[in-house]
Amino acid sequence: MGIEALVPRMRDICGAGNVITDPLELRTYECDGLTSHRCVPALVVLPGSASEVAAVVAECARAGVPFVARGSGTGLSGGALPHESGVLIVMSRMRSIIEIDPVSRRAVVEPGVTNLAVSKAAAPFGLFYAPDPSSQVVCSIGGNVAENSGGAHCLKNGFTVHHVTGLEIVTPSGELTWLGDGTGVTAGYDLLGAFTGSEGTLGIVTKIVVKLMPVPEVVHLLLVAYDSTAEGGRAVSDIIAAGIVPAAIEMMDALSIQAAEEAVHCNYPAGAGAVLLVELDGPAAEVESELSTVRALCEAAGATEIRAADDPAERAAIWAGRKSAFAAVGRISPAYIVQDGVVPRTSLGAVLAQIASLSAEAGIRVANVFHAGDGNLHPLVLYDDKVPGQAETAEEVSGAILDACLEHGGSITGEHGVGVDKSRYMPKMFGADDLDTMQLVRCAFDPASLCNPGKVFPTPRLCGEVPGRRRAPHPAVVAGQAEIFLYGYRTDLGPRRPPGARRRLPGAGRGFSF
Amino acid sequence: MAGVVPSFVASPSSTAEVSALLRAAAQAGLAVVPRGAGTGFSWGAPPSRCDLVVDLRSLDQVLEHAAGDLVARVQAGVTIGQLAVALGSAGQELALDAPAGATVGGVVATGTAGPRRFRYGAPRDLLIGITVVRADGVVAHAGGKVVKNVAGYDLGKLFAGSQGTLGVITEVTFRLHPLPAAVAWVTAEFGPAERAGAVAAAAAAASSPLVPSAVELDWPGGSQRPLRVGVLLEGTGPGVAERAKRMSELLAAPGGAVSVSDTAPARWGVLPDSATVVRVSFWVSALGPVLDAVAGAGADAGVRPAVSGPAGAGALYACLDQGTPDADALRFVTALRERAAGALGSAGPRGGVAVLAASPAVLTAGSDGAVPGLALMRAVKDQFDPDHRMFPGRGASPGGRPPQTPPRHSGGD
Repeated sequence: MGIEALVPRMRDICGAGNVITDPLELRTYECDGLTSHRCVPALVVLPGSASEVAAVVAECARAGVPFVARGSGTGLSGGALPHESGVLIVMSRMRSIIEIDPVSRRAVVEPGVTNLAVSKAAAPFGLFYAPDPSSQVVCSIGGNVAENSGGAHCLKNGFTVHHVTGLEIVTPSGELTWLGDGTGVTAGYDLLGAFTGSEGTLGIVTKIVVKLMPVPEVVHLLLVAYDSTAEGGRAVSDIIAAGIVPAAIEMMDALSIQAAEEAVHCNYPAGAGAVLLVELDGPAAEVESELSTVRALCEAAGATEIRAADDPAERAAIWAGRKSAFAAVGRISPAYIVQDGVVPRTSLGAVLAQIASLSAEAGIRVANVFHAGDGNLHPLVLYDDKVPGQAETAEEVSGAILDACLEHGGSITGEHGVGVDKSRYMPKMFGADDLDTMQLVRCAFDPASLCNPGKVFPTPRLCGEVPGRRRAPHPAVVAGQAEIFLYGYRTDLGPRRPPGARRRLPGAGRGFSF
Repeated sequence: MAGVVPSFVASPSSTAEVSALLRAAAQAGLAVVPRGAGTGFSWGAPPSRCDLVVDLRSLDQVLEHAAGDLVARVQAGVTIGQLAVALGSAGQELALDAPAGATVGGVVATGTAGPRRFRYGAPRDLLIGITVVRADGVVAHAGGKVVKNVAGYDLGKLFAGSQGTLGVITEVTFRLHPLPAAVAWVTAEFGPAERAGAVAAAAAAASSPLVPSAVELDWPGGSQRPLRVGVLLEGTGPGVAERAKRMSELLAAPGGAVSVSDTAPARWGVLPDSATVVRVSFWVSALGPVLDAVAGAGADAGVRPAVSGPAGAGALYACLDQGTPDADALRFVTALRERAAGALGSAGPRGGVAVLAASPAVLTAGSDGAVPGLALMRAVKDQFDPDHRMFPGRGASPGGRPPQTPPRHSGGD
């Protein structure tokens, strides 16, 4: 069945006004935040409820049509890049905050709700939602779940996966199910954990239960200037060695400071080779004592200037420089690549030196902005797309930076995801067996490979491949008589395969359940 | 193995040896049961078949402790106590309250977490990299040794709490935390008639900005006994002193008799010796109704459950006395399920009741309810272990089982 045949069904499900077929309108969805990859979807639908999403996906599954979910489209790895012959399912109409339970410190939200909206809704109760990606004003919680988003403060508070306790999802066969019991206490396999960060390849989130945290009593931000990133790096090491885990430790080098200054006039210390932002939060008594230690360590590492900000307006002014950095380099360069790599924090100095020499050799400027506390680098590789060959050179430098990260035992992505952008780097970080094993999860959720295909993995696993020997299923299982009791849960061994699944027969043995 | 006699017991000392063993087992169609120190082995269902026991205690090396990165990479057979010694010399720790004698592989495989799960979470939250051997002998890695990493699927989450049913964990990498300079326990006792006060105190502690590391409830031996709310604070010396003072005020407000100590109160993180352990998970706003449900179920069945656990994190364990007849235990489980269903509410998943340990008869007959995502869990099992040879008879994790020994202050120190 072609995609045209799906259109009337989609109109029935979502309403005619929420199905887009006009080529011009379709083009507005051709890319997400990674604009170097573009693809016009065959069809766009905007479902308004979980049951509509389930119905849309069921239609796609029945027709064998690929589908891709999209939140706010702010992703930086092309995770929401449409499929040219597929349906793009846009979640932006599903944006209600269903419930906030301040005593339980939980909220139930729809996937199209923006990250910041959750914290705003929780604020009257003295609570907030901890993950804070730079795009939090616009990015959606559903997208955050897909990407396992972090943010500047994840050093202390963790990532999205640490703050989600229940997910209602539509499986790739179109069924609604919950993962996790909403409390954060796992029963059975932690599919909630495995799903979070799977980049939209295992299903579509329709409701999210998130943890809320008490707003810290006090927050102190230090802006520390150094002559070089090496000195700033020493301060970071000393702070961690002193047993202090700040809420955030961010660093910017001279070039990114210059860009931020031009963009938002953040008034960072003039002529600094690096600035370090150290934020401490928590109970007043703890933070006061940590603050004096951190100040002393920063000075000992060679600080040329230290500014302290403890009221929200002052802090916001300092953070503005950091948060503007990505966009700000647009002012000092016609084009740039935002890279996202990770190294063990103690290797930061060595990798920054490697980046500097890569930059010098290629004649390509690199501005460094990074989450110094957790070794997550965001080198901004600057180039001029009007100069022939420069885009390619910049791409090479960008790739070589990832190689450097891997040499030091790091990762090809700390928070932006693999998407379409980095699937080709996956074999550098993982072996064939590693990738094959990860894709067993894909085969369990999406045997027909229709859910956001072509993302994350360089080579899809054919879910029909069966490793090892095949044996006949247990007769009791075949007869539907077996009932297994474990950990207090009883289930009948009914049909194990979702309809249309291509995977093998049920396994042999005594059956399996929870 | 709980009455099942294995044909072979192997003690590999490397991932490669585990791989060779599992390849051989796959060829011969053997049922495989991985085993650490056995501290959690009696929990959950016994294996229904067991041809080969893979004893992982010889995989006992701390491979790397990158103190500056707050990361450690260890083999699965390293014990929690051994690891605590290795990390303690650098002023760091794995922030999990697990028995000192347990292996890290076992702790990850069972999802063991004690009181401090309130602040630090369960093993899945501290695990940043994993090496596993699949049922077919293939070795696979996921994650890495950096704290921040979103490359590829997080197999660590899947294997944490999988109870040996998906494969064998041979190596894990953890994120670490600095050992706190100071600790304090603030406890508040409430009389049997002041249950509501204890509920209010636990909820207030859990949502206070004083950053507790644990918020525990302890209610031993039935509804006529007093309740204790215990809060652990960790931090700097002056910080902890000040926070303990303020936490005391918070717990005293609803009528608690408060005391502060730098040593753990009795029974902290330790369950009573019990053959029947039932976990209730819940949203904290349902704590009062959950306590009512447990007390009511105890009365229905004529038993006196000892209730304790990380109430602030939304979990409690109801333990029945050793020697409780199966029929009474079963009545208790059945009554608790019925009463908890009302207490937890019905608007989406808000917790549940799980029998973590019980006699086979109670495990079998006392089962009910449904785990969210069960069909997908089965599909995952079918993919990883198509012949269902990995720990046959067992399916899932009991989750955050509290330790049988006091946390951190015993064993490795």
